[in-house]
Amino acid sequence: MPPMVDIEGLRYRWRGAAADCLDIERLQLGAGHSVFLHGPSGSGKSTLLGLLAGVLLPSGGRVSLLGQDWSALSGARRDAFRADHVGYVFQQFNLLPYLSVRDNVLLPCRFSSRRRERASAAGGSAADAAEALLEQMGLGAPLWTRPASQLSVGQQQRVAAARALIGQPELVIADEPTSALDAALRDSFMDLLLRQCRAANSTLVFVSHDERLAALFDQSLALPQLNRAAARLAA
Amino acid sequence: MKPVLGIALRSAWSRRGTLALVLLSVALASFLLLGVERLRSDVRENFSQAVSGTDLIVGARSGPVQLLLYAVFRVGGATNNVRLDSLEAVARHRAVAWMVPLSLGDSHRGFPVLATTPGYFEHFRYGDRQPLQLAEGRAFSGDLPGLYEVVLGAEVARALGYRLGDKLTLSHGGGEMPGAEHADKPFTVAGILQRTGTPVDRTLHISLQAMEAIHLDWVAGVPLPGQRISAEQARAADLQPKQVTAALVGLKNRAAVFAVQREVADFEAEPLMAVLPGVALDELWDVVGAGERALLAVSSLVAVVSLAGLVAVVLAGLNERRRELAVLRAVGAAPRHVLWMLAAEGALVTLLGVAVGAAGVWLAIVAAAPWLQARFGIGLTLSAPDAAQWALMVSVLAAGFLASLVPGWRAYRLSLADGLSPRA
Repeated sequence: MPPMVDIEGLRYRWRGAAADCLDIERLQLGAGHSVFLHGPSGSGKSTLLGLLAGVLLPSGGRVSLLGQDWSALSGARRDAFRADHVGYVFQQFNLLPYLSVRDNVLLPCRFSSRRRERASAAGGSAADAAEALLEQMGLGAPLWTRPASQLSVGQQQRVAAARALIGQPELVIADEPTSALDAALRDSFMDLLLRQCRAANSTLVFVSHDERLAALFDQSLALPQLNRAAARLAA
Repeated sequence: MKPVLGIALRSAWSRRGTLALVLLSVALASFLLLGVERLRSDVRENFSQAVSGTDLIVGARSGPVQLLLYAVFRVGGATNNVRLDSLEAVARHRAVAWMVPLSLGDSHRGFPVLATTPGYFEHFRYGDRQPLQLAEGRAFSGDLPGLYEVVLGAEVARALGYRLGDKLTLSHGGGEMPGAEHADKPFTVAGILQRTGTPVDRTLHISLQAMEAIHLDWVAGVPLPGQRISAEQARAADLQPKQVTAALVGLKNRAAVFAVQREVADFEAEPLMAVLPGVALDELWDVVGAGERALLAVSSLVAVVSLAGLVAVVLAGLNERRRELAVLRAVGAAPRHVLWMLAAEGALVTLLGVAVGAAGVWLAIVAAAPWLQARFGIGLTLSAPDAAQWALMVSVLAAGFLASLVPGWRAYRLSLADGLSPRA
């Protein structure tokens, strides 16, 4: 079985920059695997996530998801492939404030028929799946029709997690999703996110500089060690 | 583009305050454009409806447009009168079927008075060669017992509330001189014409003899001092007019129109001129056309400015929306979705703006039509937009959509550059 995510000889340089910011020889992540990725600010974490999600393309080497090389796809196909297979949680401001909580969760189903079908495969409609996910995230029915802008930060992050998980994408990417949460909220959020990813057998790539969270994951990676470009800079 | 349409709508709704202002400016621009075009076409329509079936208008030598304006539209005045016997000589031409002399100059409470013969009611045609019809009463008789009879246009009767048998007095000239009233010779309303949508509606019609009678004791626009001729005494006087303002002429055969026109121009006893109403009207449009084009150009500029405002507002809001665009990208929206979302927003605002503007024109017509009809005799009609108005609406829409591609394109570039991590 091929790895879910496969990085080979990856080099990435921002346009106009003098040197590569990422240089990763090899990284493979299996299906259902949860990975904690940490490193100081500016170590290229967000860039790596952009490459994993196919929003950025490597300057050299190969990044593939489900055996599909992102670089081999046209722009439109990349967007469709991302919609089908990737869930994404931002640090904050994840939601469209003018949509209801439920509609925010359903957003990926608008752009991907695969996600929509998988969401409704469990029985019922995609909206039912969204509600079930929200319920499991501890967000009860009274919240579903509220505009997303009325929720607290902690609630918003849980809605974002539900959105990343709907339709069981193979890869869930979380970019410091807990940095705006206090300790109690953070713990319950982590618990929910990990549990749901395991239930959906989704690979989770989780970025944070809060290294106390590392123990919760199958694997912990320090980006500066992985990244040979960083080593060159330090030298 | 279906997945983003609903989102675009709700996103736009969440910014409805700002967008409503833009919409308003587009609506005002559309209102101006459509209103100017509407007024222009309706005025032209009205003017071209005002006279038909008249082959030539004969008057003292001046300009064709001037002659047309005062003989048909009661606008301006004649520089010279013509002798009635000259016109009768023209009427004796073998190609001439009928001749109706017209005498203008007096008024009644702002409405012009036309002195003519009973033949006017028989020969005058408007619109699609429709004859004048009486709504009530009858035409003035033209004889001595019916000397002081007046036939009112529909608008005169409506605006002033006259009914059959009512008495009214005429003012000398345009009524601007106080005391210049023909108060000693009141007229009786003998008939009221049906509405025509032409200057006839705003006209009071009396006989040529009545016009003579009320001016017996007047010279050069003022009453003769110390001389009073009563209404009854006037009946005994010689009321045969010597001079009139102009005449409408109908031919037996239209083919002769240029021959007759030339013969009138060569008339030896006094300088005369004959114009074809259609040709004079075209000349009038040539004069008015420049003004119309200027109005339309200004309105178009207003439309351009309002669309520039639309682009500016949407562009200015884009920076705050980079988060929104990144979220959309993260859930699978392609940059082209983002482009279309922005373009759809602009197109929608333009569409609504044009719709509101068109509705505003409609309302304005409903509100202003009676006033325009009463004041200027211009009948505005509530009709579906004509081809020119559709063309204007479609061009505003197209321009709005094209203009919206500018912020759309900018959003497209931004979302490509930002990816999932906007630097805002």
